[in-house]
Amino acid sequence: MSHSMGRPMSVTTATKSPGLGRRRTGSLVWHVGALAVLAVVLYPVVWVIGASFKPSKDVINSLQLFPGHPILANFKGLAKGIADISIWTFFQNSLFYALGSVVGILISCSLTAYAFARIRFAGRNLLFSLMIGTLLLPYHVLLIPQYVMFQKLQLVNTYVPLLIGKYLATEAFFVFLMVQFMRNLPKELDEAARLDGCGHLRIYWSIVLPLCRPALITSAIFTFINAWNDFMGPLIYLNEPGKYTVSLGLMMFRDSDGVAANYGGMIAMSLVALLPVLLFFLAFQRYLIDGMATSGLKG
Amino acid sequence: MGTAVTLVDDAPPDTRQTRSATPAAKKRRGRRENLAGYLFMSPWIAGFLLLTAGPMVASLYFAFTDYNLFNSPKWIGFDNFTRMFDDPRWQKSVEVTAKYVVIGTPLKLLLALGVAMLLAQSRRGQALYRAAFYAPSLIGASVSIGFVWRTLFSDGAVVDRTQSLFGSHVGGWVGDPDWILYSLVALTVWQFGAPMVIFLAGLKQVPRELYEAAAMDGAGPFRRFWNITLPMISPVLFFNVLLETIHSFQIFGSAYVVSNSQCGPADATLVYTCYLYQQGFKNAQMGFASAMAWMLLLAVALVTAVLFWSQKKWVHYEEDAR
Repeated sequence: MSHSMGRPMSVTTATKSPGLGRRRTGSLVWHVGALAVLAVVLYPVVWVIGASFKPSKDVINSLQLFPGHPILANFKGLAKGIADISIWTFFQNSLFYALGSVVGILISCSLTAYAFARIRFAGRNLLFSLMIGTLLLPYHVLLIPQYVMFQKLQLVNTYVPLLIGKYLATEAFFVFLMVQFMRNLPKELDEAARLDGCGHLRIYWSIVLPLCRPALITSAIFTFINAWNDFMGPLIYLNEPGKYTVSLGLMMFRDSDGVAANYGGMIAMSLVALLPVLLFFLAFQRYLIDGMATSGLKG
Repeated sequence: MGTAVTLVDDAPPDTRQTRSATPAAKKRRGRRENLAGYLFMSPWIAGFLLLTAGPMVASLYFAFTDYNLFNSPKWIGFDNFTRMFDDPRWQKSVEVTAKYVVIGTPLKLLLALGVAMLLAQSRRGQALYRAAFYAPSLIGASVSIGFVWRTLFSDGAVVDRTQSLFGSHVGGWVGDPDWILYSLVALTVWQFGAPMVIFLAGLKQVPRELYEAAAMDGAGPFRRFWNITLPMISPVLFFNVLLETIHSFQIFGSAYVVSNSQCGPADATLVYTCYLYQQGFKNAQMGFASAMAWMLLLAVALVTAVLFWSQKKWVHYEEDAR
């Protein structure tokens, strides 16, 4: 990467002196550099696809990216489940957690964001600073007392501790994302609606929310992926295998007897667990990347 | 927080309203707005009190108690803290985390900036590269990738064999206390896509004319980078440094999974939160774990404060840029 660091904007020189040959070598160097990074970045993802079709003994030691004789045994083995629990159970649990989170985030964060962006109420600047402050707060300070609280309420080993925060807008990142979006909607819309006698609820529901679709989609996908990948939350709060999410199911798979013999099965399961996220990414990458980009720019 | 959190929109007050409304009507309307505001905010306010502020106070209290979840907390003053400072495993966890943050974060950000500048030259295929480089940021924290990482860095796997080609044989990073932390560093650096996307968006906003003018004045690429690019993207750089640093202080899942739930071997990957988890949830030392959490909070607050203090010296927001 060093050449790119030293020559940040060689494109400007290239356009100023459009020597065709120079341009072509510049372009070649650019592509070689980008492809080299690409190869390293994608290697683990390509590897896991290839490895899940390898016999267990070859998973670690074979350097072949794709096996000469691909086998399906790893996937067939998954149909038997893990410790008498069907793989499908873990997927259902993860799906429930992820979709439940999405609904919560969409409702609670958009309501909060609407208040910050479109209502002039006393103390909103203070509350906004507090909200941004929670963005920087390490979650671990809350971990122990929250656990104690949910334990006293006998809610450990349910999904309530995992979901409740999503319905109470504690994920400041999404509130922030939506506030940024809502602030940029033209004020005249509200004023026209108000002249027609609309209250805030009507304006929120029929004007602001539909116009915020991109921010809502971005938040929904990020929320889904975060919940799907979440490990610490389920690790702490769920302790009955029938309630495990895919992440915990995977851990159980690894810690079960005979995994050494069924290494291929573990890798196949890892791939299956990654698939929803990868598919979401392929379908919605534009929303995700634009959401990331604006969060940093306006921050 | 500088320009980061100014919310007040200084739009001129609604003319229709100021023309026609009597002071009493205006007051009524203000009160209605307040009510609406707090109603809309009520989920957040409930969440803030129940899940953030309340637990913070409780955690501060627990930090000064002996508490195992089953007995009621017993006040012991600063004992948890003195025990913590004398605890070799706690010291180890601080050392491991510091190493991880200090090595991993700059590497990740340098790579992110470097690749962003490469991509900012907007040649063909930029969108595709950008998307592909971003993908690891979405899956990097998953258990699946943890397994993949452990496998790739095992004895006889691809990293080990490639390294052996260069005459250095370790026999798998994940089995070696001197090396395993670097496999976690590699995992975080692999996720450079998220800060890269933010850098890229920042680079796109730098006006082209600046570079042209500088080139006219005979400034070389390095000068242009130092005097134009860096100051112009400094707010974005600040944002990335802040978030990435705070994030990497809190690494848990990857360390736990890659180390086979052991945070080892020989405590080599005993990151701070791993030790906190062991103390709180394996040993039921809720008081000690709370004290640890508050030390983490203080460390993060200190780093944040230093970064915000330093931004006056190196971060240029648009208002004061010329």
